[in-house]
Amino acid sequence: MDFNDTTEEAKFRKEAYEWLKANADLKEGPKDGWRSASEEEGLEQVKVWQNKLYESGWACMHWPKEFGGRESTPIERVIWGQEISKFKVPGGYLEIGQGMAGPVMMMYATEEQKARHLPPMARGEEIWCQLFSEPGAGSDLAGLKTKSVLEGDTWTINGQKIWTSGAHFSDWGILVTRSDPTAHKHKGLTYFFLDMKSPGVEVRPIKQISGGANFNEVYFTDVKIPDSQRLGAVGDGWKVSLTTLMNERLAVGDASGPDFQEAFTLARGQDLNGSLAIENGAVREKLADWYCQQSGLKFAKYRNISALSRGETPGPQSSITKIVSGNKLQEIANFGMDLMDSAGILRSDEPDADQSMYQYGFYGAAGIRIAGGTDEILKNIISEQVLGMPQDMRADKGIPFNEIPSSNK
Amino acid sequence: MNFEFSAEQIQLKDIARKFLEKEDSVKRARAVLEGETSYDEELWKLIGEMGFTATAIPEKYDGLGLGYLELCVIAEELGRSLAPTPFSSSVYLATEFLLKLGSEEMKQNYLPKLASGSLIGTFAHTEGNTSPTEENISCEVKDNLINGIKIVVPDGDVADFTIVTAKEGNDVGLYLVDLNSDGVEIVNQQTLDPSRSHASLIFKGAKTITLGSANEGWDNLQNILDRAAVLFAFEQLGGAEASMDMAKEYAMGRFAFGRSIASFQAIKHKLADMYIAVELARSNCYYGAWALSTDAPELATAAATSRVSASQAFNECSKENIQTHGGMGFTWEFDCHLYYRRCRQLAANIGSQSIWKDKLISSLERANQL
Ligand SMILES: Cc1cc2nc3c(=O)[nH]c(=O)nc-3n(C[C@H](O)[C@H](O)[C@H](O)COP(=O)(O)OP(=O)(O)OC[C@H]3O[C@@H](n4cnc5c(N)ncnc54)[C@H](O)[C@@H]3O)c2cc1C
Repeated sequence: MDFNDTTEEAKFRKEAYEWLKANADLKEGPKDGWRSASEEEGLEQVKVWQNKLYESGWACMHWPKEFGGRESTPIERVIWGQEISKFKVPGGYLEIGQGMAGPVMMMYATEEQKARHLPPMARGEEIWCQLFSEPGAGSDLAGLKTKSVLEGDTWTINGQKIWTSGAHFSDWGILVTRSDPTAHKHKGLTYFFLDMKSPGVEVRPIKQISGGANFNEVYFTDVKIPDSQRLGAVGDGWKVSLTTLMNERLAVGDASGPDFQEAFTLARGQDLNGSLAIENGAVREKLADWYCQQSGLKFAKYRNISALSRGETPGPQSSITKIVSGNKLQEIANFGMDLMDSAGILRSDEPDADQSMYQYGFYGAAGIRIAGGTDEILKNIISEQVLGMPQDMRADKGIPFNEIPSSNK
Repeated sequence: MNFEFSAEQIQLKDIARKFLEKEDSVKRARAVLEGETSYDEELWKLIGEMGFTATAIPEKYDGLGLGYLELCVIAEELGRSLAPTPFSSSVYLATEFLLKLGSEEMKQNYLPKLASGSLIGTFAHTEGNTSPTEENISCEVKDNLINGIKIVVPDGDVADFTIVTAKEGNDVGLYLVDLNSDGVEIVNQQTLDPSRSHASLIFKGAKTITLGSANEGWDNLQNILDRAAVLFAFEQLGGAEASMDMAKEYAMGRFAFGRSIASFQAIKHKLADMYIAVELARSNCYYGAWALSTDAPELATAAATSRVSASQAFNECSKENIQTHGGMGFTWEFDCHLYYRRCRQLAANIGSQSIWKDKLISSLERANQL
């Protein structure tokens, strides 16, 4: 049992580190990271950085070389992730394309489409969004209603998507629709990709609890999509969606925001009722709990990496990451503000203010526990797919989709 | 990175598991719980013959000279099967005290017999309803003779000798006392887990041998407790996983409202919560195992992390296992309570949860001096 790299791993780590050292600045502390003044500026910076990665062969590392990848092993990706986390580099915006749309295109698109779409995706030149959730279909994604009708070799789309992150700056989208409402729920779905500038696509921002607007409603009015942009067979959209969702769950990592180290540092410097907070028993007890959770996730990840390093498929441990880190973030965010007593709720637009990080976590955690599969859905997945327990009883089995009771019927 | 037990270690774990299953270890735990004996002598003998007691003892003292990773996988299986033997007292504590602090002569005298299991050792520390500290320990050593009372000493009634904490002047030291010697009175104590026996030891001028240097006793003690904590954590992990497996199996077979109770989401999510606790604990235990086997500077942190995490997992799983069983879980007949009891006994054994959480934060403060 050790944490050591193999010779090849060490060589790769050195190469990655040296490239990063020459092209980016090291972080100065746990709080240090890339900051952008606005979403637009952030997007611009990500594009520049991603292009640099692409030109030097560090973009979408596990992809085939012909699409801009490096054909790296899983363990090399992990090592890259560890090294890049030491540096201040721009991030975000590209996960849906590279993490979800890319793998699906690779499985279902034509050679021509792959050659057209994958390299710009890897280069960060074209941004993608995921048009799955609808007002009536989130956890129960297969309950979606956005209609697709084929005439000749053109599909016409009508309906509404919601919670679409980044739709307002995306160039392309992946879309699931219902092509046959008389078929059973999971059978009548068809999957496409489309140009977000297609006539009839209307994006309306939704204001979030944080005040920002990263996600949107997207309306489709007689939007035309050529049949060539269908991914998978007509009626097979559920299967294609599952591939996407599997990749989504692999893509979401630790909840980002203040963690044990930040809470610990705060408690060691902050006064609580006349002495340092760290001397308070209740504070110590909470910190110990978070340390154990953080450490447990870290070493679960190391166990996964070890399985990869041996060439094995990693265990299901990754399914617990989002649940544990999302809830931990929510607790730590509250704790951080609580230590500042009444002043913890003061808002500041100054990103360096003591409150800011915790308030960001306070909002963010609430979203993380929902996005990409809620805590409850993930617990269903653990009990069913990891522990082998029976699926939930369902009221919609064996019934044509258009006869299933729904919220607005 | 290779953060996993080796193929040989996994094989050893499998051997231990099959052996303990074949010997009906859980049934034996119930027999001890219900009967008059303090431990299962036959199982203890067999465990000795398997060489488990000799695992981490060097060959020159008749041990197997394997490492702590091997001992960790054995501990997990002993915990899973509730083995009713003095293994933890004798192996994780007494043996470790001698290995780390004993003189060469003591090692030669004691270790070969500890390796074979023919000698049982334990550790006596607690004196009252509070955690022992450098200040509140009142057992006293003067002119190599000890006076005072220790309570809830695990296996105190069956051990041949004990390591004991006592004060000589102002310093807490560590001493070895032969429990068959003059000036030792042993009184059985009933606890909520009778599958593991406990006793109070009353010392009235019994002879002591000093272990290590007297003025470093407290620091030495912390180090041994850290080492033992990792091994206890593996026992707790084994118990936690066994409780989770029991809950799942029962749920799959029990029907209510015309369906398997395993299809009720409240039960499924309960099991998912157990799984999360067990996965976190297992990962932290591996960290502890790594630190123990390499004598890493992080040992204090890693030990407390694995101890806290495994205590939490066992607690979660053993109580929710009863809940999952409904009324059956509350009966004497079902085994749920054996795990519920053992969980509490192990959580108390080398210091409470609050103490270990505090130790964890203290060690992080030391490691991370501002
Ligand atoms: C920040 C953010 C970004 C997002 N980005 C995108 C995106 O880019 N693209 C996209 O398509 N979607 C996106 N989503 C949508 C997200 O996938 C859904 O919100 C999520 O799947 C939950 O669906 P819902 O909102 O309809 O809630 P519902 O499904 O109505 O759930 C409401 C509550 O009921 C519970 N519940 C539902 N079903 C069950 C069940 N079977 N068992 C137990 N409890 C259940 C849920 O856990 C939840 O607590 C985003 C969401 C958020 C918060």
